[in-house]
Amino acid sequence: MRPEQSPLLEVKHLNVDYESDSGTVHAVIDVSFTLRRGEILGIAGESGCGKSTLAYAVTRLLNPLAEITGGEILYRGEEASPPGPISSSAGARVGPHPIDIATLSERNLRALRWSELAIVFQSAMNSLNPVMTIGTQIDDVLRTHQPGMTRQQRRERAVEMLRLVGIAPDRLKSYPHELSGGMRQRAAIAIALTLQPKIIIMDEPTTALDVVVQREILNEVLQLRDALNFALIFITHDLSLLLELADTIAIMYAGRIVEQGAQRDLYRHPRHPYSYGLLNAFPTLTGEQRTMYGIPGTPPDLRHPPSGCAFRARCPLAFAACATELPLLQPALPGDTQQVACHLYNPRLHAAPPATEDIAAAYARQSAGRVAR
Amino acid sequence: MTSGAPHVSPQPGAVATPILEADHLQKRFPVQGSFGRQLTVRAVEDASLALYPGRALALVGESGSGKTTIARMLARVYDPTAGTLRFQGKPVQFAGGAALRDYRRHVQLIFQDPFASLNPVHDVRYHLARLLRVHGHAKTSAQATQQALALLQRVSLTPAEQFLYKYPHQLSGGQRQRVAIARALAVHPQVLLADEPVSMLDVSIHLDILNLLRQLKNEDHLAFLFITHDIATARYFAEETNVLYAGQMVEGGPSDEVIQHPKHPYTQLLIAAAPDPARLNAEGKRVDALPARGEIPSLVNPPTGCRFHPRCPHAMPVCRERFPARTDLGNGHWTHCFLYGDGTTTTQPS
Repeated sequence: MRPEQSPLLEVKHLNVDYESDSGTVHAVIDVSFTLRRGEILGIAGESGCGKSTLAYAVTRLLNPLAEITGGEILYRGEEASPPGPISSSAGARVGPHPIDIATLSERNLRALRWSELAIVFQSAMNSLNPVMTIGTQIDDVLRTHQPGMTRQQRRERAVEMLRLVGIAPDRLKSYPHELSGGMRQRAAIAIALTLQPKIIIMDEPTTALDVVVQREILNEVLQLRDALNFALIFITHDLSLLLELADTIAIMYAGRIVEQGAQRDLYRHPRHPYSYGLLNAFPTLTGEQRTMYGIPGTPPDLRHPPSGCAFRARCPLAFAACATELPLLQPALPGDTQQVACHLYNPRLHAAPPATEDIAAAYARQSAGRVAR
Repeated sequence: MTSGAPHVSPQPGAVATPILEADHLQKRFPVQGSFGRQLTVRAVEDASLALYPGRALALVGESGSGKTTIARMLARVYDPTAGTLRFQGKPVQFAGGAALRDYRRHVQLIFQDPFASLNPVHDVRYHLARLLRVHGHAKTSAQATQQALALLQRVSLTPAEQFLYKYPHQLSGGQRQRVAIARALAVHPQVLLADEPVSMLDVSIHLDILNLLRQLKNEDHLAFLFITHDIATARYFAEETNVLYAGQMVEGGPSDEVIQHPKHPYTQLLIAAAPDPARLNAEGKRVDALPARGEIPSLVNPPTGCRFHPRCPHAMPVCRERFPARTDLGNGHWTHCFLYGDGTTTTQPS
């Protein structure tokens, strides 16, 4: 465990809606979390659970159909962070802290993005400009945000950035199509790191890559985090990956965080039946060979969310209260840092919280009469 | 519900004979280089494999390893540049027309992307009925409907009547993949070639589709070629696993044997790189070291000899000169690597 550091980003009761022809989609509902300096927060969930929307909302890069309808995104960037290996130069000045990103003006947002808060997208091929060399793209970021730097200084910084992510400096003159998928993703990370942001958001950064390349990039990211002490929000559908990378993990389902806690706690004892299902949704390389089961059913239509708990239709342990009352995040057990939004852990509604084995047994029973999806 | 080991014994019985065999398959694709130069992509070199009824063979490799190319040669989407195919012991003639249709009656391919493999303007019934009629399993429209309903039931799309007239856009990814599987079953095949059948689907659905395929394999005694980039999935689904690197088969054998005791340095790298929470220690951190780096080389101008040698921590001068012959390690486990034997007969040109 890394020592507890001060909060850098506090998201409070964030809501994001999409307007569609067939109604309003509540993509992110009442999401709150805290990201500390140097921390890696992993967000996992199936497609459509709102994890990417959450990332875009935090950077205010939502597409025009989506809107933040409530909540705060408090950024506390003021506290001096320990100097990294790169010489720090004047970043954007974005006023006194904390800043609420949710209500920031376009002009101040531009100053904040890249210099304080950077994002790496899933497909680096689409996020890099195909007609500009890698060097020019880094140069562009520096010219825009740090007009004081000379051409020579910018070039030196670009070389330094590429070195940091393990790309040979002669690649400065390469166009994106001349690089392999892994190289492109490294280049995208280099560009994100150029202004030494305090927060980096990575949305499925390695999903399109092969396992060996993915492993290399993840190791690279961990080393860079240790060297530069940025905080990282890592979004993926692959929970097994997060367990190896993240300090804390939040599981999203149907727009809400249904469980969050330290990576170790979540791996040892997932509390929410959905978290258990996700954790056991992929075969393992080691251990006894046994028949495994997925999670039955499909996520609900977010235009018409069900009453109570959104997971109840798929949950093997659902009971009457799940249909009538909305579960909120609360400590799984009294005094626990692991939080779960599930009535099974509410002493008022359910006698005793289930053990991990109980959840496993319930899934096995349920899979006996399985309907396809 | 079943528990315990899902696999039958790792070795085929003495009586088992392969239904589909590939010997020394090679595939080269001509591509147009810049300034009109003719280049050749050496996609697959010397691939040999055998599929047995009721058993699954997994082909594992990263993108560009040639696994899809092998499946497509077996499905006869395209013909190999060299090598032979034998179906039920008889050499396959690489001809089109009726011979090809007859071959496809026995060997079917399931694609990775269920969003692209179904025709968006036709309903589920059309996809199934057309095949049933073309292959002569159904003589009348009523028969076709009856058989289509039975197929939907087999892939657990129930109630089948509800799914019969749905269009692809009305189905979830998992349901589409089930329709694609039903379509492959429509011709009563003996061999199914599944090319990454779950990788486009949501994680929570993977196991259900894998379990369905396994059930079909056992019920119909189907021979399976199962292609995946995920070696853990190969272990779960297939009795045997072959590992491919840059078009060369580097290791193979019973899945558990290959995965628990990998011999080839590439297989070891692949397994070390795969995420696996079971290998985290009490502190929640990975303890095993993760060595080599790099990516699959260009197949237009591949490295000489063993194509893994530029990335291999154990590379020797001989690795650059020729591709090692197959070394048998016992228990059906084999590898092509000089670390385990000085293969004196090169099995492929390089």
